Amino acid sequence: MTMKNPGMIESATFNRDVIHEIQRAADTGIYDIRGFGAKRHVPHFDDLLFLGASMSRYPLEGYREKCGTDVTLGTRFAKNPIKLDTVVTIAGMSFGALSANAKEALGRGANIAGTSTTTGDGGMTPEERKTSKTLVYQYLPSRYGMNPDDLRKADAIEVVLGQGAKPGGGGMLLGQKITDRVAQMRTLPKGIDQRSACRHPDWTGPDDLAIKIEELREITDWQVPIYIKVGATRTYYDVKLAVKAGADVIVVDGMQGGTAATQDVFIEHVGIPTMAAIPQAVKALQEMDMHRKVQLIVSGGIRSGADVAKCMALGADAVAIGTAALVALGCNHPKWDADYQKIGSAAGFYDDYHEGKCPAGISTQDEGLAARLDPEDGGRRLANYLNVLTLEAQTLARACGKSHLHNLEPEDLVALNVEAAAMAGVPLAGTSWIPGRESASS
Amino acid sequence: MKFDLKKDSVRAVNQALHDLAQPADVSVDHISGDHNLAVGLNRPHKVTLNGHAGYYCAGMNQQAEVTVHGNVGQGVAENMMSGKVHVFGNASQSAGATAHGGLLVIEGDAAARCGISMKGVDIVVKGSVGHMSAFMGQAGALVVCGDAGDALGDSLYEAHIYVKGSVASLGADCVEKSMRAEHLEELTRLLEAAGSDEDPADFKRYGSARELYNFKVDNVGAY
Repeated sequence: MTMKNPGMIESATFNRDVIHEIQRAADTGIYDIRGFGAKRHVPHFDDLLFLGASMSRYPLEGYREKCGTDVTLGTRFAKNPIKLDTVVTIAGMSFGALSANAKEALGRGANIAGTSTTTGDGGMTPEERKTSKTLVYQYLPSRYGMNPDDLRKADAIEVVLGQGAKPGGGGMLLGQKITDRVAQMRTLPKGIDQRSACRHPDWTGPDDLAIKIEELREITDWQVPIYIKVGATRTYYDVKLAVKAGADVIVVDGMQGGTAATQDVFIEHVGIPTMAAIPQAVKALQEMDMHRKVQLIVSGGIRSGADVAKCMALGADAVAIGTAALVALGCNHPKWDADYQKIGSAAGFYDDYHEGKCPAGISTQDEGLAARLDPEDGGRRLANYLNVLTLEAQTLARACGKSHLHNLEPEDLVALNVEAAAMAGVPLAGTSWIPGRESASS
Repeated sequence: MKFDLKKDSVRAVNQALHDLAQPADVSVDHISGDHNLAVGLNRPHKVTLNGHAGYYCAGMNQQAEVTVHGNVGQGVAENMMSGKVHVFGNASQSAGATAHGGLLVIEGDAAARCGISMKGVDIVVKGSVGHMSAFMGQAGALVVCGDAGDALGDSLYEAHIYVKGSVASLGADCVEKSMRAEHLEELTRLLEAAGSDEDPADFKRYGSARELYNFKVDNVGAY
């Protein structure tokens, strides 16, 4: 509740944002579509703290003693698992939603940092295959641009069931971004509002999915890992079913995960926070004796090395970043503020990715705007950021006495509030109390 | 080259088909609902499958000619790029799903969602098709010599649909269209390729009204 002047009290229920949305809906008759992820406050990794070493734990010397950051993904069935230098990977984002230069920059940055990048809806572009040493190929409900030649070129295949920004929803790419090239890749007329289906066209349910995964393995001669990506909702059950369906790797994307274009009501009101999803996923894997055998990648709102380290401590094997990677490339950079203002936004607030007017040249198909992003420079910026995430996570792991990021554990964490303690399954700071579990003496 | 699924595994069959450097004639006997047979082929092999095949038979086919003497399960020739798949039997749901090219011929009936999200494949079904066939069809042609179930061509893009028999109902944005000379030519070519002696003049054509291509508030009831 904001008091602008004494006596002027803003309603907590009908605040200015709410009033604006009601009036916008009344003006247009259509829901609000936007990019980015959930903007509401939800319990997040900021609500967790590490317990550094002291008398009872022995810290590692920074810069001197080894703290591993590598990860191997796909050890369950694939002949050629993926080996990465860092646990931070790049999430799936499409050419179409992003410019070709942005996709190239993501590949270049990932290469320098020794990690993987991922295609998106619309298929694999030659540019991203050429510039990405390790490329994960998404297999989506729309199957836009899907072909077996690209499937065989991929280093891993990610079967996408959903994403955190819109679990249960399909994709959309509005007509402004359907250029000749995007239309050709997706076999669609130019300029239409492209819809992506919300479920796969040739299987329903986990038993069918098991056969589908076997088909993908047969086509690729069992060479590459197969991931299953789900939006975080009923994560415990989804992870168990994904294991049963034969996944090598499971990707769980929390509600803070980004999108290129989705209804605002979907982004803000469907799914669960990333932090709440990880313990559910880990519990499911542990109960099936599959923790660390089927690797867990977590995404959705990861911004810093602290977030990375907290995901590791909760039991993830790796993380994926999307929005943060775009920000590293220059999305919402203050140097474009005047241009953001011209399209009714401001640096730090821009989320209309679907309109294709991105001043930073990232979420656009406009050639003039796209040229603003130099893929080499963008790649270097992304690599710098990825290195910082890794170094920060290492710093925290060493402080907890861990010689590898994967050695972090829930015991290294406490929560700042009851909600975070309950969701993450770690004690409230200063107590031994984990809400929902049998209380111990504090 | 011959295989017998009483003693050979699907994995062995597929690996052999992938490893063949030159086009070959291959037959596989004693198929009994096995899934993922002859998937991911990328040579102009002639493959004969004797028996009822399971899911995704000839999935993602490129160049090969696959003949099935039996029924097929879900997703036959899904995402086919080129070549031909000929089924001398019935097909379960999602036949030819998302396929980009080639020709799929089904001598019997095809269940629901035949040609879902088709992206350039030609499909000829000599019997009838189930509901939601050609749903979100983007390109290519679906020819139905029998009847079509409910919501034919729902949310259709640019795929062409020809039906000889009755249509239970049309899906959103799918309408009957006039049969012009180029359509009769296309239909004649497809029927001939499928070995059908049906008369193209007996068919009706259906296509997209293109009213839902861009979101309009006035169409909200159709979404």
